[in-house]
Amino acid sequence: MTLWFVFALMTAAAVFALLWPLGRRRAPAAAGHDVAVYRDQLAEIDRDATSGLISVSDADTARIEISRRLLRAADRESEAAPLVGSTLRRRVAALAALVLLPAVAVALYVTLGSPDLPAAPLAGRAQAPSASQSVASLVSQVEAHIERNPDDGRGWEVLAPVYLRLGRYDDAVKARARALALNGETADRQADLGEAKVAAANGIVTAEARQAFDRALALDPQLLKAKFYLGLAAEQDGKREEAASIWRAMLANAPADAPWIESVREALARIGAPAVAPEQKTGAAPAVSSAQPGPSADDMAAAATLTPQQRQEMVSGMVSRLADRLKTDGSDVEGWLRLMRAYVVLGERDRAIAATVDARRALAGDVDKLRRVDELAKGLGIDG
Amino acid sequence: MIPEAGHYALVLALALALFQSVVPMAGARWRDATLMQTAPVTALAQFVFVALSFAALTASYVTSDFSVVNVYENSHSLMPLIYKMTSVWGNHEGSMLLWVLILALFGAAVAVFGRNLPDVLRADVLAVQSWIAVAFYLFILLTSNPFLRIADPPFEGRDLNPILQDFGLAVHPPLLYLGYVGFSIAFSFAVAALIEGRIDAAWARWVRPWTLAAWMALTLGIAMGSYWAYYELGWGGWWFWDPVENASLMPWLAGTALLHSAVVMEKRDALKVWTVLLAILAFSLSLIGTFLVRSGVLTSVHTFASDPSRGVFILAILTLFIGGSLTLFAWRAPALRQGGIFAPISREGALVFNNLFLTTACATVFVGTLYPLALEALTGEKISVGPPFFNLTFAPLFIPILIAMPMGPLLAWKRGDLFAVAQRLLAACGIAVIGVAVTFALAGVKAVLAPFGIGLALFAMAGAVTDIVERSALRSVGVGIAARRAIGLPRSAWGTAFAHFGIGMTLLGVVCETTWNSERIVALRPGQAVSIAGYDLTFDGMVPKTGPNYREVATRFVVRRGGAQVAVLEPSKRTFATRSMTTTEAALMTHGASQLYVSLGDTNSDGSIAVRIYDKPLVLLIWLGAVVMVFGGLLSLSDRRLRVGAPRRRSKPAVLAQQPAE
Repeated sequence: MTLWFVFALMTAAAVFALLWPLGRRRAPAAAGHDVAVYRDQLAEIDRDATSGLISVSDADTARIEISRRLLRAADRESEAAPLVGSTLRRRVAALAALVLLPAVAVALYVTLGSPDLPAAPLAGRAQAPSASQSVASLVSQVEAHIERNPDDGRGWEVLAPVYLRLGRYDDAVKARARALALNGETADRQADLGEAKVAAANGIVTAEARQAFDRALALDPQLLKAKFYLGLAAEQDGKREEAASIWRAMLANAPADAPWIESVREALARIGAPAVAPEQKTGAAPAVSSAQPGPSADDMAAAATLTPQQRQEMVSGMVSRLADRLKTDGSDVEGWLRLMRAYVVLGERDRAIAATVDARRALAGDVDKLRRVDELAKGLGIDG
Repeated sequence: MIPEAGHYALVLALALALFQSVVPMAGARWRDATLMQTAPVTALAQFVFVALSFAALTASYVTSDFSVVNVYENSHSLMPLIYKMTSVWGNHEGSMLLWVLILALFGAAVAVFGRNLPDVLRADVLAVQSWIAVAFYLFILLTSNPFLRIADPPFEGRDLNPILQDFGLAVHPPLLYLGYVGFSIAFSFAVAALIEGRIDAAWARWVRPWTLAAWMALTLGIAMGSYWAYYELGWGGWWFWDPVENASLMPWLAGTALLHSAVVMEKRDALKVWTVLLAILAFSLSLIGTFLVRSGVLTSVHTFASDPSRGVFILAILTLFIGGSLTLFAWRAPALRQGGIFAPISREGALVFNNLFLTTACATVFVGTLYPLALEALTGEKISVGPPFFNLTFAPLFIPILIAMPMGPLLAWKRGDLFAVAQRLLAACGIAVIGVAVTFALAGVKAVLAPFGIGLALFAMAGAVTDIVERSALRSVGVGIAARRAIGLPRSAWGTAFAHFGIGMTLLGVVCETTWNSERIVALRPGQAVSIAGYDLTFDGMVPKTGPNYREVATRFVVRRGGAQVAVLEPSKRTFATRSMTTTEAALMTHGASQLYVSLGDTNSDGSIAVRIYDKPLVLLIWLGAVVMVFGGLLSLSDRRLRVGAPRRRSKPAVLAQQPAE
């Protein structure tokens, strides 16, 4: 309420600034501006002549010239029409000031402003995190902490997965590397570093990332994450059989309720190899892999040999194919999630937000799917 | 509440500007005194509301109110207070707000100081000023609104671009904008004169001081920007012919020409049409400068915005104002009465000469800056027009200006005697020749152009001194009387001499720096030493430090000359985590007007660090020259003769004393 009161005061002041001169009557201004200027010039010549800056003859010619202008100006001014005022025009202007000015201001402000948002100076905000705090603000809090204590390995460890989820892959790599350096080397940390590097390279297992996974396996030969990515690396190198055997071995040794089984199966399906682990099949496996064709193995192999520019183009090509498909068939929640993620990765935030909106529209009615979309949007920081 | 109040104040300022752009103009056409007298009050009110709006944004920055998008994107709670305040204009939206604040400030100044302008002229000028204001308010509110909010404010901002966290950048944009926007006054006067179809005698008396003030701010702004680039970017260069730099140089050249032609108009009632055209051009180039920097056409440090919708909006503003004013000029200029005839050899002639070359130089810069852009837009071909182009075109154009510069002030108005002037400049010529000879003797023939450059610089400086000596008639009346006469000279004469002397200084600095600067790039380990230009620098080691919002690696160099310690230099590298950017903080040791410049490169794995060391002889003269030019402008601005000229109100003779600058 105070806000609107302040607005009203400001508007009143502005209107007053317009009405005041309109209401003030003034005698018509004295004419003769030009004449006065020329008189001053004459005086200046006199001064210059007395102080010897110009010669007497120069001063005389100059005087004659200025006098000529002076006479002309005097003639013109005597002819000039006097300045008049008109009551009607004054009233129209006053009405405009009284009506149009507030109307323009309020109309524009209501369109552009956010009168219901209070100011939030940092000092006045409680330090306690509130439920409404977004991921971004939590991240920035941890970042601020890390900035003050750059050697806090735990802080880096906390940040890294969040960066990964937010799509800030380069930061994730840095955080993983810092954590590794500060907290000591373990198989998990090496594998995490590798994973971040893969994400930063648009899903390509680079030589650097591979080194990290090799190191992790050297420390713990059973580490699943490292195995999985080495499989991926083999796939990207075109060695499908090797990839398939790595993944099959993983499935063979997997406990029945391992949460990662689906991803491995999916990977196997992608390279067209059957998952030779029939006893593991629980029957609950949804036909995800066929419903959402991911990048084909050929695509991935091709990607490995491309320049970053070309790779980027290839990725955007795949993304736009996905987007087209979703336009015709909007019921595929996995597809939507993938599209949102892809846009964030490509740095096209606006499109990611648009995709979220489209997904919500397409999936309207299905509470479960909508919840997943919302969750991802929040995780990606695009729930605007 | 504060950000919303600021937002509303800006909207109100727009509403006031709309009123001000219509009512006084209509009043002037109907010769209605009441309608016309709304202009000054409205201009003042507009300024008050823009100032409120700007204050609100500043307050949001100071209190780190991250619910404002603009603050969130460009500030950080740990940043020192001064940078929190300068962040306000360290980004696109805020800098546009500063732009309109200065525009409103100039409008208010016309309202306050212009009480004795003819009513019609004042109403027209303020209305035209408001047209510009309306366009820019709309631009800000619709495409670059600094008051947009976040419903769920984050706890930390994204920090200001580290490279902008520097004192030089705190003052550079406001000065530059004072210059750019200051030319809007000349523009408004020109358009007002065209609309009315006549130029009052008061016109030139008004336009010159305002142009002068804008020119001074622009000169300082450019010098400051150049010095900033020199010490902050770590390359040791001070001018790169970068399009953004050119964008500020073009209005400066046009403004300098305008300044000189306004003198002719004021004194001799001649060159009216030309002056009006120059006034339009100077502001048009300022707008183009804003456009180039803001539209994202150019990618550089300065480009905060690269949003095409903004570019299109600015392009529309440009077309409207430049196209509109030039059309108006073509239509109405014939109505302006020409006056004052002069011989080719005369003060006027010299000023015309100056104008011709300055505008040609400006055109060269214009072509060199825009041609690559146009080519890329039309054919997609990327070319780069760099220093070689400008050295070949711009420099030769400046040689005649510099040769003629000392002669101009010595020539008489209307018709002068070139031979007599040449005689008076004999001493200056002598000094220049000696300078050339001495440089040749000292430096040999390696750098052929340098001695001539030095000769030209000395000629310009000695010529400026000659002007004062001649005016005070030193040779005929003796030192005592001459000194008294020199003091009694009009301050504008001193102003001319200082400004011209400053040009000479800058040239001297440029020539010496480019010819004799020495550079060493080495990798040093602690304890190692390197020598340059007679100085020995020992690298003492590095210390990590933590600043408010950055970490830095500070290094220590002990500078010795002939074994004795002269100075300790501490260049550093700062890493700003929030934007993961690194800046170099060069260390400078000033000896005389020369500088020793140390800046750090990358740290190598073997513990050594790459160091760039320059010795730059007389480099400071480049900027000191600009300061001297501005001082000259200040003297000229304070000339008492500028205070008269506008009519005295019979009832209030005392008013005159309060009006410093009309």
